[in-house]
Amino acid sequence: MKNIIEVKNVEMHFNMSKEKIDNLKEYFIKLFKRQLMYEDFVALDKVSVNVKKGEVFGIVGRNGSGKSTLLKAISGILKPSAGIIKVNGSIAPLIELGAGFDLDLTARENIFLNGSVLGFSNNLISEKFDEIVEFSELRNFLDVPMKNYSSGMVARIGFAVATMVKPDILIVDEILSVGDFLFQQKCERRINDLMQGGTTVLIVSHMLEQIRRLCSRVMWLDKGKTKMIGETKSVCDAYESCV
Amino acid sequence: MKAQIETFKRYKYLLINLIEKDIKLKYRRSVLGILWSVLNPLLMMIVISAVFSNIFKVNIENFPIYYLTGSTLFNMLSETTNYSMMSILESSSLIKKVYIPKYIFPLEKCMFGLVNFLFSMIAVAFMYVILGYPIYWTVLLFPIPVIYTLVFSIGLGLILSALSVFFRDIIHLYSVLLTAWTYFTPIMYPYDILNDKIKIIMHLNPMFHYVKYFRDVLMYKTVPSLETNLLCLSIAFGTLILGILFFKSKQDKFILYI
Repeated sequence: MKNIIEVKNVEMHFNMSKEKIDNLKEYFIKLFKRQLMYEDFVALDKVSVNVKKGEVFGIVGRNGSGKSTLLKAISGILKPSAGIIKVNGSIAPLIELGAGFDLDLTARENIFLNGSVLGFSNNLISEKFDEIVEFSELRNFLDVPMKNYSSGMVARIGFAVATMVKPDILIVDEILSVGDFLFQQKCERRINDLMQGGTTVLIVSHMLEQIRRLCSRVMWLDKGKTKMIGETKSVCDAYESCV
Repeated sequence: MKAQIETFKRYKYLLINLIEKDIKLKYRRSVLGILWSVLNPLLMMIVISAVFSNIFKVNIENFPIYYLTGSTLFNMLSETTNYSMMSILESSSLIKKVYIPKYIFPLEKCMFGLVNFLFSMIAVAFMYVILGYPIYWTVLLFPIPVIYTLVFSIGLGLILSALSVFFRDIIHLYSVLLTAWTYFTPIMYPYDILNDKIKIIMHLNPMFHYVKYFRDVLMYKTVPSLETNLLCLSIAFGTLILGILFFKSKQDKFILYI
């Protein structure tokens, strides 16, 4: 099968000391004192992975192991310092639900705003509007400003918008842990549906049983390095016995 | 290039929805709503006219119209660039989470500024009627200086938005600069009262040319010469190209600083 995501020797470096300077005064003082030195932090170290079309690929690892950095690099938010990332298809990022929401606007307005953040046209969103509302089960709250929503309600709308059109790749970062368990089940069903339709899914989660249930292959990242890539069971077992 | 046009088409709706959002949020919960865009310049005009024609005795024919035309156009520059400057910082939560072409944000703020400007033009039209000021056919040319100013503002906005990500000082510095710029543009006083030296320096001010052009077509039934047009055009597009190049070279680093 064809690789839909190819990550080859990707490195991600952050310069820890320099990032904190955000005003001219500090910049010139540091420049003068010759303190503008690099303090290199390697978030991803020569990570390579290929994901095939239709796979559900999980990423596990402890906090700060580079999981989210990798997802951000794949979705194009971060440019890798070295290495190549090739993605053949459209990506729906669910990195944080409701990223495109303005909480002063109502849910109705936000559905359009968030849809266009994901690159959908207004016509398409109007077409799918009822479906989105139906899925989120929030019809009675449509014209309420979203600042009055609970985080679970925000997540419902976010998930419904992001999955309304079948994307080639769905990126899911920890979001299935929001909402009540009935809604979580609903989300999992939706992800399963998408998978049946050939969507590739990337999942980051700390809930190992969720990874075991959903994923076909798993990658274990540790301090920016690939520790293991393989069958769900073997990687999860190894990870669990180590933690 | 072709790919970039495709991306722009894809995010066209984002641009439209963001403008709509800004308009809605600006006037939400104000009783007079969008009418403020018209009222505000009118009220300002009354204050400034009272001060300048009574206290400072500035001698300009039709001072209210003179001031209103100048200040409306200059306001567009100041709104568009100010909003653009903050646009990347304000959208940081979005930029960190979703891939969006980043120029959308400063561009959107400039378009929002243009919309506000068009509302203020209603105030200008209103004053023309109230004061019975003659309307010449050259009025029809008014979009030309507006486009020059807008293109110039987009270029400047791109530069400011990228700079403010790396150096937040720019935000404070620019507000002072903008005030100085307002006074260095003949908005409340006539160009003729300046001495020869300052007149020469004045020609380096892009806004001087745009405001003059704007008044020429709106008030003085004058069609600006080809040279004037070429000058205005090259300032505008020169700034735009500079802005695009600068923004492009910096945009990949934004995420590390916001």
